[in-house]
Formats: sequence, structure tokens, C-alpha cells
Amino acid sequence: MSSRRRRAPGGVTYDDVTGTLRERTLTALRDPGLAANLRSAGTAWAEQREVMDRDYGFNEMRDRARDIRRANIRALPALLTQLQHRVRENGGTVVRAADAAEACRYIVGLARARGVGMVAKSKSMATEEIKLNDALEDAGLEVVETDLGEWILQLAHEHPTHIIAPAIHLNKEEVAALFRAESNGDVPDDREGLVAHARMRLREKFAQAEMGISGVNLAVAATGTVCIVENEGNIRLVTSQPRIHVAVMGMERVVADWDEAAHILQVLPMAAIGYDAANYVNLISGPRREGEADGPEEFHLVIVDGGRGALRGSEFEEALSCIRCGACLYSCPMWRNVGGQTYGSPYSGPIGAVITPLLEGPSSPGSRDLPFMSSVCGACGDACPVGIPLQDLLVKARARSRSPATTKAGWAFRLWSLLWRRGLTYRLTIVGWRLGLRIRGRGGWVHRLPGPGRAWTSVRDLPSRWPPRR
Amino acid sequence: MRPGILVHTMAGAPAGPTPGLALDGGGSDGRAPTTAVGGGVEAGSGGGRHPAPLLDSTAMRVLLMRTCLSDAIAPKVWKATRRALERAGVEVRVPRGQTCCGQPAWNSGHPGQARAVARHTIKVFAGTEEVVVPSGSCSAMVVHSYPDLFRGEPDEADARDLAARTVEFTQFLARHDLDPRAKPCGAVTVHDSCHMLRALGDGTSARAALDRVPGLEVREMANTDQCCGFGGTFALNYPELSARLGDQKAHDAVNSGAPEVVACDLGCLMHIAGRAHRTGTALRARHIAEVLGS
Repeated sequence: MSSRRRRAPGGVTYDDVTGTLRERTLTALRDPGLAANLRSAGTAWAEQREVMDRDYGFNEMRDRARDIRRANIRALPALLTQLQHRVRENGGTVVRAADAAEACRYIVGLARARGVGMVAKSKSMATEEIKLNDALEDAGLEVVETDLGEWILQLAHEHPTHIIAPAIHLNKEEVAALFRAESNGDVPDDREGLVAHARMRLREKFAQAEMGISGVNLAVAATGTVCIVENEGNIRLVTSQPRIHVAVMGMERVVADWDEAAHILQVLPMAAIGYDAANYVNLISGPRREGEADGPEEFHLVIVDGGRGALRGSEFEEALSCIRCGACLYSCPMWRNVGGQTYGSPYSGPIGAVITPLLEGPSSPGSRDLPFMSSVCGACGDACPVGIPLQDLLVKARARSRSPATTKAGWAFRLWSLLWRRGLTYRLTIVGWRLGLRIRGRGGWVHRLPGPGRAWTSVRDLPSRWPPRR
Repeated sequence: MRPGILVHTMAGAPAGPTPGLALDGGGSDGRAPTTAVGGGVEAGSGGGRHPAPLLDSTAMRVLLMRTCLSDAIAPKVWKATRRALERAGVEVRVPRGQTCCGQPAWNSGHPGQARAVARHTIKVFAGTEEVVVPSGSCSAMVVHSYPDLFRGEPDEADARDLAARTVEFTQFLARHDLDPRAKPCGAVTVHDSCHMLRALGDGTSARAALDRVPGLEVREMANTDQCCGFGGTFALNYPELSARLGDQKAHDAVNSGAPEVVACDLGCLMHIAGRAHRTGTALRARHIAEVLGS
């Protein structure tokens, strides 16, 4: 869809994204393969989620997960202070970054100071948000994505389409073509062969990387431990093989203790992929200690605010409960039809449509339209494992947005409100409207409406009689 | 007529000199015997298929919220709702001067404008009776969103009171185990509107009501819980995406084998039917009240 990653100063959205959101929507709708790939992914996810509901009482688990996360956010400053102390006691370094620029500056500076030439990265939405790869590449470092999906996207020069499954919009034929171009050689066509090929290529990179950069699913304040969940095993290598491990987390990704962590770590894969456990759960409490056989010499934890702190105490506070499972994306009929890249932001789907404009500010041209690309159907709120009322937050995000969808419609709704707060003027508009329907109706249907109604009849007819004629 | 007794109409024929055009905006105020007011109550119009039950003072009384969409697109829907309720032995008052619940503005990000209209609705529906709404969406607006919309406002208590009294039409039938004794009907498929299914958490009341219709067979469609793509102003802001979802819904509805889709929400239906008509898809659409009030 777009060539990858040029830096937008201060923004979460990608600045190489072209066209309006509506135009990108149209482009996506014209791509028949995209919808098919997304739909099969969404259906597979939904089927597995039903299994979880049946076998584990997922809905009860969700209530507890919601309570845990809400309490975490309320206690956030204290939890972060505790986390910081524990990580330092464990021999790690903690950096609190107010924004993306600060976080990138620290990591680039560290890489330079240690003479790093190659960085192995595992999948991380936080690094995608702060555009860390741009910063590292601008500093002359080689960055290798080691998550299979992310590596595919790196080869394709594309942005991720999903929080957990970044390349889910591509099928295996498309992936094979990318691998062939990268290796200038024979690449097998089947799934297993493709994975084996990627493993071989990526192993070579692990051996060379001096710095490993990962994200964080959860940080446990009580022990200063970061938890990173994965299925491929690459994170284990990224966090243990290179000399230096840098973990980047959004400031909200902290829980109090292991009791809470155990519950969230159980809920996360259930919500994300519909399985009761992920293949690997990496628990990292600082660098290698004396007498230990492996692990990095240095461990750095970068905690990014990036606009999150300001959401505490606001009507959007619940959005900070998010554990980035991607369930709301899979559940969303919009996402299932246009995919994550259409959103133009690392965070797509309902949670992206809520938090991207919050992190960027209500006037940002890149994200102010996002809350409107939703029918507010509520499938996201149902899917959310931590009970974020996403459909309500979408409506509130619309009210806060400076999108033309709010500002231009403002006068219309002011007029509407004046007329419809009284019975008499309401009746006049309805009588006028029904008269209009009669005049314009042909065979029970109106095929073209003027003014704001044009958008309605651009794709559908309007029944002028009810029940509608066939 | 005795005071306190509402005059019923069983026929539900459009009233007024220009059928289907005049807004049937009136209704009884319920306190005095009424004659036709703006065509809303057709006193003694007779000709009903079922004899009107003579209600006594112990009869259940409700207020009917017509909904603006029914006024604008399909007055038959609210009239059918009234007919169904009355046939089930419920005394129905249609408060005069009612307009809209305010959802279009609320959903589009204009809470201030929504509140002004909602405030009018709260006044119009003052009382102690349940308020029956033939729309999951409008019902969800009042039940679910009014407390949010009026949080910290002087009339918050009134808003919460109305929210507590408001109930969607088929939910009302289920709650009180009422049977509107509908005419026999063939096969239909049911579209679960999002606000009915998720905001109100009800995927059963509509089917329970349809189960009582003689000869009616519900043929479930695939993905019945998926949004049809209407979404209020979303349908205008992203028409192509809205249409894509409408196509998927119409496709699933047709594949159910039923010739007709019914739902608790007129918005979904006019979108699905309008898109089906544009694309030449053979699919009839009817509001559930029209089935139950037939």
C-alpha cells in the first residue's frame, strides 16, 4: 500500500500514507484478495474464541481482567515507581521518556555509545508507535525484524495490518514472492518450507546483532519483571543473544504483582488468538547475573508516556486498560473489510480509532477522521478481554475530534436540534420530508436525493413507501 | 367512553385526507376521551379484524415512542406496534409532541445538540408508565446513553428515570409474556440489530415473539450478529464501506432461504432493502412490528 516509514515529527500515524481515510477505504474495497484474506483470518479467530468461551468461561475471566487493569491504571504512578526501583535493583537501567523523540534519542545514543552496527528487533507496537526503526536507520544502523510477519513486511516495505498478526493481509503466494526477491534464489511454495526458509535467513542475523530490541506485554511492578509473549521463539533470541537488550513499553503496561500477571497472561492469548496459552512466555528480570550461562550484559527498560499520562482521569481512561491483543480488530466488520493499513496508524481497528487521535490530538489530519469510520456496532466492546467500552469511547472520540465530519456537520445538527426540540417544528420537517419523498419517489423508491442525502443514494435507494417494494 | 379508557383502533388505516403524507403525530393524552387528533387516534374507526378488548382500570398502560425514523419513512411501523400492543391487551398512549431520542447527534459527536432534543423527549414521556419503543437503537439510546448524556446535568434524575422505564417493543412483549395474536406468516429470517443485540444484550426477544406467530418459520442466516453497515451518519460518511456491509448482510439473508428479512430496527432495514434494491437483489424487508401487528 505504501512505501515504508518516513518519520512524522511528533505523530503516531505514518506520514507516508496518502489520500483521505475515505479514499484509502475505497482503495482497500477494490482489492478482492484483501477482503478474502482478512475475512478468513477473522472467521478463524471467531471460531477459536467461541471454543475459549465454552471451555474456560472466558467471560468471567474478562471481568477479573477488567478489574485488574482498571486498578492498575488508577495506581499507575506508584506502580511505575515501584517497577523502576525493582528493575534497578535487578541491575537494569530504566528510562522514562515523555515522548517518542526522547525514547528514540536514548536508544540511538545507547547504540552509538556501544558501537552497535546491527539491531535485531522483535515485534513491538510501542517501537512502531515511536518510529524507532526510522531513528535507528537514520543513525546508520541496520535493523532486522525477526518476527516472521514483521520481517515479511520489512521486505514488502509495508506497515502492519494487525497488532498481533502484522502480515495477515498477505497470503502465502505473496509471501513466497517476497522471499524469492530477497534471497535471489529458490524458495519453496508450501507453508512449512517458507517458515524454514525464514528461520534460516533470520538465524544468520541473530548471530551478528549486538543489540536486541523488544516490546513488553506486561511489566510486573513487584519484581521488576517484563513479560513478553510469543509463538515463534524469536523473542527469546532477541532478548538473550545480543549483548544489549532494550525493552520498550507504553507506560500503561504494568501490573502490580504475579497474581495479576498470571491472570492477564492467561487472558491475553485467549483473546488474541483463541488459544489457552502462547508457545513461549519470556520473563525477564534484568541482565545476566554472575554465574548465569546466558542473557545480555545490559538490560534497558524504556517507558514511554507519549500522551498516555494525560488520559488518566479523563473520560478515555479506560482505553489505557488495553493489553494490545488485537481482538477488537478481528471482531470489527470495518477492519475485516479494509484491513489495518487503511487506518494509516500502527494502531488500527476500534482501539486504534480511539487512541490514535487521543495520542495525536483532536486536530491531527492523520487521525481525526478515524473515529468516524465505524458503525459503532459494538462488536469490539464484546470482544475486548478487559471490558473497554470501545463503542462508547468511539462516540466520545467523535465529539472531541476536529474532523470535518464533526465541524462541517455542526451547523446541520444545530439546525436539527433547534427544529426537533419542539413538537410543532418537528412535525413541519417531517411533513415536508414526506412530501419530498412523494414527489421524488418512483415506483416506491427514491433514486437520488439532494444535499446531504446524496451520500445515501450514491450507493443505495431510499424507500418512499413502506414496506419497500421489491 | 369512560374516562381513563383509551379508544382503540384496530384497523390502523392511514388517516387524514392525504394518506401516508400527513404526519400522524397526534395521539391521545390518555386523560380524556379522544377524537382524532392530527389523525393519530382514529376513534371508533372500527372495521378491525379483532374485536377491541374493553380495558378496565387495571389494564397495563404504556407510552409509545414512535421514533423519528418511523415518522419519516414508515408510519406503518409505529401504528403496527400500537396495534400489536393493543391486541395483547395493553393500553397504549402516544404522547403528543414527541420528536426524536437525540441519537443522530449523540452518535455523530454532538452531545450538546443531542441533549437539547433528548430533554424534550424526557418531558414528553414524563410519567410512571413503561415507554415502549419499536427500535432497539432508540431504546438503547435512552436506556444506555441517556445516563451518560445527562451526567452532572440538573435533569440527570429525570433522564435516569426515563432510561429505567424505557423498553424495546419485543422486549416488552417478552417481559410481560404477551401475545399480540398475529396473522399467520411464512418464512422469515431475522437480522439482529447491533443495538438490540449488544447495547441491550438481547438476541432472544424478537425470536420469542416470532415463535408465537402461527405458521411462521425463522430461517437463521449466517453471521446474523454482524452489523449490516447502517450505523446512522456512518452510512453517509463512508457510503461505500457501508454498502459493502449491506451487501454481505443481504447475501446472508437471501441465502437463509427466507424471502423476507425482519428486524427490530427500521434503520437497518431501510439500508439493507435500499442496497438490495440498488443491486437488484430480491429481498423483502419488514419491521418485526408489522409481522406481529398484522
